[in-house]
Amino acid sequence: MISLQNVTKKYKGTPRPALDQVSLEIEKGDFVFLVGASGSGKSSLMRLMLREDIPNSGSVHVLGENLVGLPARRVPFFRRKLGVVFQDFRLLPNKTVAQNVAFSLEVIGKSQGFIQEAVPDVLGLVGLAEKADRLPSELSGGEQQRVALARAIVNKPAILLADEPTGNLDPTTSEGIMALLHSINLAGTTVVMATHDRSIVDKMQRRVVELSQGQIIRDQASGGYGVRS
Amino acid sequence: MRFGFMFSEVAQGLRRNIAMVISIILVTFISLTFVGTASLLQLQIGQMKNYWYDKAQVAIYLCTDVSPEATCPRGEASEDVKTEVQERLDSPTLTPFIEEYYFEDHDQAYANFQEQFSGNAVAQYVRAEQLNETYWVNLFDPNQSQIITESFTGLAGVEEVRDQRSYLDQIFNILNIASLAAITIASLMLVSSVLLISTTIRLSAFSRRRELGIMRLVGASNFSIQLPFILEGVVAAFLGSVLAAGAVLGLVAFFVQGFLAERLPFTSFVSISDGMLVVPLLIAAGVVLAAVASGLAIRRYLKI
Repeated sequence: MISLQNVTKKYKGTPRPALDQVSLEIEKGDFVFLVGASGSGKSSLMRLMLREDIPNSGSVHVLGENLVGLPARRVPFFRRKLGVVFQDFRLLPNKTVAQNVAFSLEVIGKSQGFIQEAVPDVLGLVGLAEKADRLPSELSGGEQQRVALARAIVNKPAILLADEPTGNLDPTTSEGIMALLHSINLAGTTVVMATHDRSIVDKMQRRVVELSQGQIIRDQASGGYGVRS
Repeated sequence: MRFGFMFSEVAQGLRRNIAMVISIILVTFISLTFVGTASLLQLQIGQMKNYWYDKAQVAIYLCTDVSPEATCPRGEASEDVKTEVQERLDSPTLTPFIEEYYFEDHDQAYANFQEQFSGNAVAQYVRAEQLNETYWVNLFDPNQSQIITESFTGLAGVEEVRDQRSYLDQIFNILNIASLAAITIASLMLVSSVLLISTTIRLSAFSRRRELGIMRLVGASNFSIQLPFILEGVVAAFLGSVLAAGAVLGLVAFFVQGFLAERLPFTSFVSISDGMLVVPLLIAAGVVLAAVASGLAIRRYLKI
């Protein structure tokens, strides 16, 4: 499903590579936490999986596509098979909840009929059916992240990439989001989540990949945030 | 991407950048009006050339008593000179080029002069002997006047051989310079309109960077991301070129046909149908230019 082989990624102007000979396999249905300090390479790894960047060396395969050799014009079609959420939600402030979700379908050319069915469905799934006509500014942080999640999964992606989705949320709200991610994972979607949130990782006891200075220093099938937890 | 959705995106972009859009419209309007005027001037030159060049004759002016000493040391051309000229014109080397020729003597020249300058003070002072006797030559191909010039220049008793087109060429030169000036102004304006379009598109992309970021994340195709921006530039430039087309047609209808044609009745001027030829050119130029400029601008702004 996701396979990285000896991946090295350097950015201009920094002597130390952001990722140094990283190899990682993620199977279908996995729920993987990427943990590590800031600058450890989590975000670089996520960017490679999303084909926002290509590595300097090594290979990246996601959903059967060789991302290193993937021509630019096919990148959009690859990304349609992925869902992404971020710490800062990235909602459009002038569109309602339903319009925000619908926008992501409109721009990939889905029919109006499909959109009219899929949007209420997914909003029901994330528990926001009542707030479909609200603007993001009228929602709490947790609710905004639910909208972002709804947008990410409305197109039924095989993989959900979550870059610190609970980074801006309080612990109780975070738990709600984690429950949602868990149920998304149970429905068959592979979830890769980069996080700093120790308590969440410790509580979930799922696969943990720890990065430090661009290298994987731990890959544990079911673990906590720190080595000794 | 569905059309309704795309057009709402385009309309939104145009509304957000209304001031810039208006300036694109005005700059393309003015620059394309210059382009249109220059093309009409070229058409006008072509038309006048067709009309006048066919009528242009080569004149072989014979010496008179008042001709300058340098070219006509022997004064008034003698009968021998006329016979000589006539023989040469009838010779097998020249006849293939000459459609017809005729001789104009002092009296006919005087009559023509009086007619041409009637009412002018000069008509009262000029005497028949002062006007050259002339052989007027019509060529099959007016471009070959060189042959006549070469055959008769320097012949004793011939004062001057003159292709009438040399007078016309001066007029055409002036018109050509005018159209060159119009083209120069037009190209400067077009450069600024291209720059303006790409700046506007970049501003528009910047003001929509959130949407663009999301579109890229969810996998909108490059084409569907870029098209609304390209259309934005194209719509603005299209409006400008329609205005320019209107201005050019107005120029033809009111200035050329309404004003010039009435005052200079014996000249053929460009007509509305010539103007209509220029219209698609202007609109195509505006649209293509805008599409290329905004396409390049958005492509540079939106690296995958």
